[in-house]
Amino acid sequence: MKHIEANNVNAYYGENHVLKDISLTMKANTVTAFIGPSGCGKSTFLRCLNRMNDYIDGFRKEGDIFIEGNDIYDKKVRVEELRQKVGMVFQKPNPFPKTIFENVAYGLKIQGIKNKNILEEAVERSLQQAALWNEVKDSLHKSALSLSGGQQQRVCIARALAVEPSTLLMDEPASALDPISTAKIEDLIAELKDNYTIVIVTHNMQQAARVSDKTAFFYMGNLIEYDKTKELFTNPKNERTENYITGRFG
Amino acid sequence: MKNTGEKIIEGALAFSGLITILTTLGIIWVLVSESFSFFQVVSVSDFITDTEWTPLFTQKHYGILPLLAGTFLTTAIAILTAMPIGISIAVYLSEYAPKNFRKSIKPALEVLAAVPTVVYGFFALTVVTPFLQSIIPGLGSFNALSAGLVMGIMIIPMISSLSEDALHSLPKSLREASYGMGATRFQTAFKVAVPAASSGIIVSIILAIARAIGETMIVAIAAGQQPILTLDPRDAVETITAYIVQVSLGDVPHGSLAYKTIFAAGITLFIFTFILNNISFWIKKKYQEKYD
Repeated sequence: MKHIEANNVNAYYGENHVLKDISLTMKANTVTAFIGPSGCGKSTFLRCLNRMNDYIDGFRKEGDIFIEGNDIYDKKVRVEELRQKVGMVFQKPNPFPKTIFENVAYGLKIQGIKNKNILEEAVERSLQQAALWNEVKDSLHKSALSLSGGQQQRVCIARALAVEPSTLLMDEPASALDPISTAKIEDLIAELKDNYTIVIVTHNMQQAARVSDKTAFFYMGNLIEYDKTKELFTNPKNERTENYITGRFG
Repeated sequence: MKNTGEKIIEGALAFSGLITILTTLGIIWVLVSESFSFFQVVSVSDFITDTEWTPLFTQKHYGILPLLAGTFLTTAIAILTAMPIGISIAVYLSEYAPKNFRKSIKPALEVLAAVPTVVYGFFALTVVTPFLQSIIPGLGSFNALSAGLVMGIMIIPMISSLSEDALHSLPKSLREASYGMGATRFQTAFKVAVPAASSGIIVSIILAIARAIGETMIVAIAAGQQPILTLDPRDAVETITAYIVQVSLGDVPHGSLAYKTIFAAGITLFIFTFILNNISFWIKKKYQEKYD
């Protein structure tokens, strides 16, 4: 089933044409990796999927994006509701300067949920899904900023999962982490796939190869090649893809 | 040769720093020594418990409480006025306003701080008080309310500007995290940004309180000169600063006990502003460690 469908998406920052006619579809419960050199448009495209570019001055988009069959740029769509369904994890761990509990409960609280039992259950479930529960269950009321970088990032993942999104966007989620924390995040992605559709932007090609089912290679705002990860890495159709994945540029 | 020149310059620069330190020490010395001779005549316990302040009358009382109450009352009115408005402006400018608008409106706001306080005092007496009199029957020409409100307007830029700086210096990633969770701008502003910048905002409020406590012209002109122990904003009150002005400008003979009261009042004022400045300094220091 098509979970995400993008048709002829173009995007501009002012005069700058940053996404050129991108069309692709992603299936539910799969992991899709976006790779490509810096400035190739992969992050911009990721941020189109939950409309995080909306607040950027001079940003303009053409074309349609459907998630679960809904046109997410339709005038009737409330962007807040969209982002509850399409969660996001950022490059640098960005927990709020609040307790671990408050961080994970944030999404539910802003929806107006006050019931303590519901919040506690959601926090435990999300932290367990983020493979962090055992490490923090006795210190839920400590500041999230007191955790290590890898733990902070998993708090951020738990925070995104707490509102039960269908889709999880990850913008280089492990680029600021050490190898052990990175491995944990990658294991986590493999587990989360059962319940979520995941899109991950990464600079690390081994990571893309390890975690994703399909890979999209972006270059200068174009989608150069989009294929099963195995296929793309072992048998790239396009010369530029081959040059990039073999490390000849980028 | 060059070395000597360098040394002279270094000495000159150090000397300019020394001047301010020496001046401060000199002021503290005068305050302490003059109030010391005051407190040899009037006991400290009378000074802080007596509820009347009448050093210029035949029936003399030296209780600082009425002046403290006057100071507290006008300051409280000022802060209650300035805090909600100042913080709203800060939140609007940092969370809602377009970048260009923010850039032009912030300096404009700071002009408000450049208005001489005597103009504010005059404004309180000739504009705000008559207006308040039309709403509150029986309000006198001198009252704490009018002076407090205008003092509040005066310190709005202080709160809005410093709070805006605190909000603006938060990392962008924090707001993105909140928007990414489906929060509205309002929720992001008040549930994430304001709490995260709270120490900076609190510092701005404390500095504004210190400013209001030390403010002289507005209260001297518009609040009155009656040291009455009251917390009714409709009453005329006298603040510590207004009292000091009254005595300094009056015909009280130098060296008399009545004259020395201004040093006792002055040191009381100094202690309060000193404590407030230290609290804000301490919060600032603690806060700066957090987002570096």
